[in-house]
Amino acid sequence: MLNLDQSRQLKVVFVAIFLLLYLVGIPTVLAGYPYLLGIITTASVLSFIAAGVWLTFYIGRINIGQGAFALFGGYVTAILIMRLDLSFWLAMPIAGIASAIIAILIGLPILRLRGVYFAMITLSLTETARLSAQSFSSITNGASGIIKIPLPQAVELFGITIIPEFASTNKHVAMFFLGAFLLITGYACLYRIINSRLGRLFRSLQQSEELASSIGINVPILRVIAFAISGFYGGIGGAFFVASQQSIYPATFQIQDSIYFMLYCFLGGLGYVFGPLAGTFVLFLSFELLHGLNEYQPFLYAIIMISFMIWLPNGLLSIRLPSFISQKYSGSKS
Amino acid sequence: MEQVIFNGIYSGFQYALIALGLTMIFALMNVLNFAHGQMYVLGAFVTYYIYGVLGYPFILALFSTALTLAIVGVLFELLFFRRVLRHSTREESSMLLAAGTALLLESMILIFFGEKHRGVPPIASGVFSVGDAFIPYARAVVMVLAAALIAGFIAFMRFTRPGRGLRAIAQDREAAQLQGVNVNRYAMLGFAIGAALAGLAGTLLVSISGVNSGIGTAISIKAFIMVMIGGAGVISGAIIGGFILGMLESFGYRFLPGGETYLIIFVSLIIFLAFRPQGLMGKPWG
Repeated sequence: MLNLDQSRQLKVVFVAIFLLLYLVGIPTVLAGYPYLLGIITTASVLSFIAAGVWLTFYIGRINIGQGAFALFGGYVTAILIMRLDLSFWLAMPIAGIASAIIAILIGLPILRLRGVYFAMITLSLTETARLSAQSFSSITNGASGIIKIPLPQAVELFGITIIPEFASTNKHVAMFFLGAFLLITGYACLYRIINSRLGRLFRSLQQSEELASSIGINVPILRVIAFAISGFYGGIGGAFFVASQQSIYPATFQIQDSIYFMLYCFLGGLGYVFGPLAGTFVLFLSFELLHGLNEYQPFLYAIIMISFMIWLPNGLLSIRLPSFISQKYSGSKS
Repeated sequence: MEQVIFNGIYSGFQYALIALGLTMIFALMNVLNFAHGQMYVLGAFVTYYIYGVLGYPFILALFSTALTLAIVGVLFELLFFRRVLRHSTREESSMLLAAGTALLLESMILIFFGEKHRGVPPIASGVFSVGDAFIPYARAVVMVLAAALIAGFIAFMRFTRPGRGLRAIAQDREAAQLQGVNVNRYAMLGFAIGAALAGLAGTLLVSISGVNSGIGTAISIKAFIMVMIGGAGVISGAIIGGFILGMLESFGYRFLPGGETYLIIFVSLIIFLAFRPQGLMGKPWG
């Protein structure tokens, strides 16, 4: 038996090993393989976006609208960079905050919906975002999208270069580190939120909103806070893809992407903070590995997903946990 | 103007048929059938082969499509949904599974039928006019068929023993079980009927505008919108939702350019649901 101190030490060691491999191992080994490095980078940021979706699951809402926030954040970034000549490093946080504000405005009415209704309305939201991007062509340039967006510039403070200009260094490695930064801070924040008072309040919403409000928890505000955080993650993630792809179109994030974000969370396990991380890497990497199979790729992908659902209905991370822990979550029906 | 109204009613009949299947599966199993649009596409392709390629009569295509899709529905329920619904600890699992089945069906359709847009010879030729509206006979036939299918479905649900059983499960699963309704068998039947309705709607579509393997998701979303307007799990709601969407679409395409119709529909839907979350006919959830 491990006591609490030992298990905490073990956790720290695991995290340290993971960080070492992730931050030092991957870029040194893969620096010469931009394609593979790009896949890891993309998976990192997708898992960052999925973390936001996971938080809305945590309050008991099925969110298929993350694509809308990512798209919105992406367009905000692109427009700020192209029209106002803003630096990417300023545009990205603004995009995150703008997405969070939009999430608050939209969330106030729609968070009253539950279950399948919320799922359907957020799905519609993704489609609405795509159509808006297409229709307001005076700002968004319509279906032809915004292209030739410059790479992130250098950031200097007191004459010291903190972040080098992406165009002058190995672009792929630079992007990897930006993605890694997002992933690590994103999940550290999420972990912190979940293990705080706020996290426990969120958990109470997941179990029963009526019960929570009966003991004086302000349910509507908490729901909106969770949704706003989720939107923030989406917006920042969208901003990253604008920088890495240097372009954005209405179809950059669409319904398929929103559904994938949801799937990443499911697959990793909704009961675990690092569930979406595991889910994204496994699903996205397997998707890329199956790339050589051409038209059979989506078919195999679907088979993998369905078999996961049948044999691992509580997610990847539930594999090695003893049965009493999985029982703990069996009571939590939203 | 008459033309716009006719187009609205015409789409309304088809949409109602799609929404009925979706709402049926939802009412019985609390599963949002993501694959509904793909089932519709599959139905259209089955008809394309039987009626368009092999040249059998349209009515035979109609029956064999219904049968094929019913089998697909039964298989989905038996192989996937039953197992997951029994073991899963959260209702969201069924949604992931539904999304997975949608992807599965879509990829299979793509493998078997390819990416090409397929059409079949019209089922009737000629045009007649009512007022200012020109109505092709083919569309009139489709409308009559859709209306007959909807009426048949309602009669089945209302007057037959299995229909009563299905309604009982939709109302209260446990109570129905206690009254001796075989829930497992009826869930299978419900899935079969839902899938068959989607396939039949596809059959009707392919005779007018053809089909390609990519339209499934768009159809699913339309079905979701209808169900949200009318209220999930309610037959009358699905029909009303179908007609409302048909009309909105018809008027929107006439008076607005391009993609703005759906933008307006989505935005008004979000506002509408803020005031009436359970839809027009739905019961408030407890």
